[in-house]
Amino acid sequence: MALLSKKDANLILDPLADNNPITIQVLGICSALAITAELKASVVMAISVIFVLGVGNVVISLMRNIIPSKIRIIVQLVVVATLVIIVDQVLKAFAYELSKTLSVFVGLIITNCIIMGRFEAFALGNGPWKSFLDGIGNALGYGVILIIVGFFRELLGSGTLFGIQVLGDPVAKTGLYALGYENNGFMIIPPAALIVVGIIIWVQRSRNRALIEEA
Amino acid sequence: MKDKLHQLKVKYQGKKMAPAFNALHTFLFTPNETTHSGSHVRAADDLKRTMNTVILALVPCLLFGMFNTGYQHYSAINGFPESFSVLEHFLTWENFWLGFITVIPLVVVSYGVGLAIEFLFAVIKGHEVEEGYLVTGMLVPLIVPVDTPLWMLAVAVAFGVVIGKEVFGGTGMNILNPALTIRAFLFFAYPTWMSGDKVWVHGAVERAGTADAISGETVLGYLAQGNTGELYQKYDLAEMFYGFIPGSVGETSTFLILLGGLFLIFSKIASWRIMVSAVIGSLVMGLIFNGIVDAGWIPEYSKFYTLMSFDFWQHLIVGGLAFGIVFMATDPVTGSQTNRGKWIYGFLIGFLSVMIRVFNPGYPEGVFLAILLMNVFAPTIDHYVVRGNVNRRMKRLKTATIYPSASDEVDTLKTETAQ
Repeated sequence: MALLSKKDANLILDPLADNNPITIQVLGICSALAITAELKASVVMAISVIFVLGVGNVVISLMRNIIPSKIRIIVQLVVVATLVIIVDQVLKAFAYELSKTLSVFVGLIITNCIIMGRFEAFALGNGPWKSFLDGIGNALGYGVILIIVGFFRELLGSGTLFGIQVLGDPVAKTGLYALGYENNGFMIIPPAALIVVGIIIWVQRSRNRALIEEA
Repeated sequence: MKDKLHQLKVKYQGKKMAPAFNALHTFLFTPNETTHSGSHVRAADDLKRTMNTVILALVPCLLFGMFNTGYQHYSAINGFPESFSVLEHFLTWENFWLGFITVIPLVVVSYGVGLAIEFLFAVIKGHEVEEGYLVTGMLVPLIVPVDTPLWMLAVAVAFGVVIGKEVFGGTGMNILNPALTIRAFLFFAYPTWMSGDKVWVHGAVERAGTADAISGETVLGYLAQGNTGELYQKYDLAEMFYGFIPGSVGETSTFLILLGGLFLIFSKIASWRIMVSAVIGSLVMGLIFNGIVDAGWIPEYSKFYTLMSFDFWQHLIVGGLAFGIVFMATDPVTGSQTNRGKWIYGFLIGFLSVMIRVFNPGYPEGVFLAILLMNVFAPTIDHYVVRGNVNRRMKRLKTATIYPSASDEVDTLKTETAQ
């Protein structure tokens, strides 16, 4: 027997591709633009969101029957804020440099539309196991895009991956740089992320034409 | 020859590569089919003719750019001539040849990469190749520094054509001017190759740090650093106007740009409204800055002082302002369409160009940013011009007295007034 039923598997797989929170629902764009100049920051951000959304969805789902619907947004905020503070403290304790790079954007996970969106749309109406899968799936979908964008921006913008010089040394002029190659400064600035995300959306839609809306 | 081409066209009709063939086929010859239904306006100035006219206006700038490349290079090495004479020091074979072998690769790469992408998209999408790239391809080499590495140019052209044009649906659908998108991409991606005192003279980058080092600062570069004294020692106004100064390949000669502009105005290809209003806009902004300096609101040690005190009309003869106004702002696709809109659009281009020039030392040239910004606003301007017109006519309709008529012509009368 499979580990997950087909329905449960779809909860994880759908947001990875055809219902991706970034490329299809266009949510969580701010952080995708802001922190993807380096691959490392993208990965940490992705892991943080996976944690917050996975745990948060379960917590909200467990409390779904006792939350008065009038104040549900505030309750959701308290849950997500608690989780984000945990992430923030862990980062500060174990990866101080990185938490400096991510700066305010860890705190801003609270305002990431994907998280509140999943709480509202899924966790309030489904059981904890399903909510957990849904949270992990959506956060993974978000993380995948973040990592793709981060990969291209760091490779083309700085010539490095995870801070390791993969194209040679730009100062000593080794590797590709000996041939006259130069880093693309445009990739470092946030508007480049918008264009990279746009290209991902373009590729995705030309591969799956069902995603194109009626004009 | 022509008949053979027509036969080939019929043979390959409906095949995948047909658009690519048709593109070349109608490039120089008129097509053999005529439209049969309905009434048509017949005119010779189709898209290709329009494009060719603009290119014709650009050719003098290109040739001048070649001579200037050589002149700047040899003068930087051998020293500028004591008494400058155009024939003796400028229009020489030596200058032309050096310019030719450095500028032509830029032109070839620009057209090669750009047209390859146009063909690719035409074949994938199955539509005809559009001529939109013809002018862009000529503009691009004219607005980059002469020593721009060719691979950078190729990357930028690919980016500009795909992201600036094809994603919006190709020629005629683009929001931003593709040539300026390419320039902006180069500027933000490789700033060290787009500014400073090395890139404007051929060979200066390679010689940097050696005993043979040469350099050439643009006029705006001098001003941004406050070296007015050195500037006027080196170039006089006539030299700035005729273009014997360092700068991007084809934008230095305001004189030839002016001729090209007049040619475009008289052949009715480019809008004189945009050109005139852009010139007015830049003069107004220049006057405001001059006024601020005269009023003594700005101390002499301020970093804006030299650029602000630069005579307002001289802004037009240095840098890419003139080139931008004549050849880029007037792009019929990305500019405003309504006449009133053209005045507003042009004015703001001139106004913002000079403002960016003065206020942002990081961008010694603000023209491309100003035009791109106004490209984005052009549809908005048009929208409000049209709305304004509709409102005015609605008001006129309200106050109009419509005489009742015995016949049922009342309705026709009403609609006539409403139009």
